[in-house]
Amino acid sequence: MRAASTFFYRRPYWYLALLLLPPLLWFGTVYLGSLFALLWQSFYRIDDFTAQIVREPTLETYKQLVTQPANVDIVVRTLVMALAVTAACAVIALPIATYMARYARGRVKALFYVGVMLPMWTSYLVKVYAWRLLLAKEGIIAWVFAKLGLMGVLDSILAAPGIGGPSLSSSYLGMFLVFVYMWLPFMILPMAAALERVPGSLIQASADLGARPSQTFRNVVLPLAVPGIAAGSVFTFSLTLGDFIIPSVVGAPGYFIGMMVYVQQGTAGNVPLAAAFSVVPIVLIFVYLSIAKRFGAFDAL
Amino acid sequence: MRYRPDKASWTTRIGAFAGLAFMHIPVLVIILYAFTTEDRTYQFPPPGLTLHWFGVAFQRADIWQSMSLSLAIASCATVFALILGTLAAFALARARFPAKDALTVLFVLPIALPGIITGIALLAAMKLGGVDPSFWTIVAGHTTFCIVIVYNNVIARLRRLPPSWVEASMDLGADGLQTFRYVLLPQVATAFLAGGMLAFALSFDEVIVTVFTAGNERTLPIWFLNELFRPRNRAVTNVVAVIVIAVTLVPILLAYYFTRPDDEHETAR
Amino acid sequence: MTAAIEFRGVSRVFGDVRAVDDVSFSVEAGEFFAMLGPSGSGKTTCLRLVAGFDLPGSGQVLLDGADVSAVPPFERNVNTVFQDYALFPHMTVLENVAYGPRVRGVSSPERSRRAREMLELVQLASQAERRPAQLSGGQRQRVALARALINQPRVLLLDEPLGALDLKLREEMQIELKSLQRRLGITFVYVTHDQGEALSMADRVAVFNQGRIEQLAAPRELYARPETAFVARFVGSANVANAELATKIAGSAAQPFAIRAENIAVLSESAPLAAGSVTAPGAVVAVQFHGAASRWQVKLDAGEVWSALVTEEDARALSGFAVGTRVRLAWPHAAAVPLSSASSGS
Repeated sequence: MRAASTFFYRRPYWYLALLLLPPLLWFGTVYLGSLFALLWQSFYRIDDFTAQIVREPTLETYKQLVTQPANVDIVVRTLVMALAVTAACAVIALPIATYMARYARGRVKALFYVGVMLPMWTSYLVKVYAWRLLLAKEGIIAWVFAKLGLMGVLDSILAAPGIGGPSLSSSYLGMFLVFVYMWLPFMILPMAAALERVPGSLIQASADLGARPSQTFRNVVLPLAVPGIAAGSVFTFSLTLGDFIIPSVVGAPGYFIGMMVYVQQGTAGNVPLAAAFSVVPIVLIFVYLSIAKRFGAFDAL
Repeated sequence: MRYRPDKASWTTRIGAFAGLAFMHIPVLVIILYAFTTEDRTYQFPPPGLTLHWFGVAFQRADIWQSMSLSLAIASCATVFALILGTLAAFALARARFPAKDALTVLFVLPIALPGIITGIALLAAMKLGGVDPSFWTIVAGHTTFCIVIVYNNVIARLRRLPPSWVEASMDLGADGLQTFRYVLLPQVATAFLAGGMLAFALSFDEVIVTVFTAGNERTLPIWFLNELFRPRNRAVTNVVAVIVIAVTLVPILLAYYFTRPDDEHETAR
Repeated sequence: MTAAIEFRGVSRVFGDVRAVDDVSFSVEAGEFFAMLGPSGSGKTTCLRLVAGFDLPGSGQVLLDGADVSAVPPFERNVNTVFQDYALFPHMTVLENVAYGPRVRGVSSPERSRRAREMLELVQLASQAERRPAQLSGGQRQRVALARALINQPRVLLLDEPLGALDLKLREEMQIELKSLQRRLGITFVYVTHDQGEALSMADRVAVFNQGRIEQLAAPRELYARPETAFVARFVGSANVANAELATKIAGSAAQPFAIRAENIAVLSESAPLAAGSVTAPGAVVAVQFHGAASRWQVKLDAGEVWSALVTEEDARALSGFAVGTRVRLAWPHAAAVPLSSASSGS
């Protein structure tokens, strides 16, 4: 063994290669290979008559993607929802993350951390299912509204175009609520981590120079928390963009990208179109990542 | 208002606790519903409470089958992920070579890109290669993102180790393997286990990638998904939900326990 | 007799930084050798080259006459006391100290016995079962020492080991380390940026600057006869005159020189000069009281601010000399040390 150690001492790169080989091999073939296969397939097209995949490279499918208004609608709809969810998560997460990072001590702090981690790691499907129950016509939310005599309010919200629907459990508003709930922990944790890194001395310096607490928060703490917000937003954005289960379960009639991909590759057998559709989130996410990187998200991940 | 820099304002405090409560309500509701007597709708408040549905659920063969399949897949994926993820973490913890940044991004991709992308990519590859979906294709998909979990946990721990420890060990006469055994392993063990627990929980719960890589196999999440779209017995579904919560809760809490009270082992400058 | 350590034309480059630039020197067996210099001067890199944590880009490192470039740290008969002590927190003090024998296959009872012996040597036998986290800084340092010495290395390397201790403790440890070295007879190589430490403990000191050794000599020699402006300024503070300044003070074509503050006397403008002294006029800028002596800062007419160390006794003759008073600095011609290259500033 000492001989082997001596051997690698002189050739550190060999040791590195040895360690990296298995995982890299796996990633290379299984993951990257698959992504490549996906990209490859998006350049094929489906023959309208035979419904078979024609295996010759073409931009036909992409053209379909960007020219048909229905498809464009899908992309826009998904994008809008992703951005709205991100914004809402950021706003809601702020008080929680601030309190957790800067004011909670000892037991309370541990309580908060566990309290955020638990829902995050609870089964995704169970959570979606739970919201189904909550939003159902005879479910808890409707019951609360009825008890408070606010059924009229609920009905008018549901009647509103764009966000409403026949019931909470099949409306954009309902979908929005579920998305926000699901990704909230992903926004809270990076935010809290970034806020915690703000040295107390900065706060004191700001107060010493005459700033009121709200001013200190706005001018000193918040800008320093931006990397955390950016990091969290990467999760909320990309998770919303690709999700297909929530729109199906709590959904309004309009399709989302994820659903489109699922449907196209399944029943429609149109794998090229499905592949093309999935390239869209990849591109969008990379764009978002480069923007987020500028805001320092990568240091806060 | 008096200036108390170490106490949060009332709005912040209310927002914080309210937010925290909000995050837990849905799960609590589900647990409540598992005991309801009403089985056709999601009526609230529940008309009565009973343990009847727990009995029914335990007798369903299909549920047991799905559960054992999920457990098997999770176990395999976790083992693979532990090996591959740890190797990658050790390689990249302190290395400095040109491709390092690219590799770091690569090892984060499976989590950064939505599950549906991973899923359909694997499907595309399977179709191209003529591979039929099976138990092992599911495991392959799961292993890929489980590697990321293990990798993140182990590398975070490795990066917190002062490099002088490894040097000190070698200086005192220990070769690579001895240094690993006596110095690195005790420190990394908890992160290793935590990563494994989290990977297990994640795999057990995974549905999106599984949908694409499964043929006729029905893992528990897939069973659940079918129930979501075509509910047959809501009450039993509620019970299964509670079971899933319980099964995934244990590894999560263990992982948390492993990674939190480590401060006493980290210091001693 | 072969040197314990020898460097032959060693260089180590990191990117565009020449951390060690063509360095050659040797350390005698049983010597207390200090490597002194500011941070980034290359002294720590040289230490790591001896230990084996790094390999030279060019040149050779020899231990006991043998080239060790291909020898990993665990095969070298050299041990290190790290700056952050690097004690293993998950082992007790005894287990830490017994680590060296353990990895060499020594049996458990034997290595415990040896470890206890070492702990006796550093007066920490009572702490054997405790964990490093429970010890004070000074105690941890001694554990690190014991852990390194148990392997009976030919050379002990110490990387700024006293940096984290307070002044009193540091001074105590300096005395202990020196006496330990004398007793054991092991070669010590001691890296520090504190010139006081180097001067008080070492048999010979190598002064590093920007990857090169500017001077290697015994402490007294280094102090009395610095060869370059850098050494003159770094080891004890000195006033340095480059060629230009020297000419203004001492006349045409004078060589650059250095003069120690304690060799300069501050005189009033009219006071008589002793024979053979050199003088430079100027005005008082500041007076700093340091107890037994005061440091007077005088701005020379020739341009620079020089300092003179004035004892309390002599200061009585200067009472009433406030800031701005015109004075003359004077020193015996022989006290000025000629420098080889005054242009290389610190």
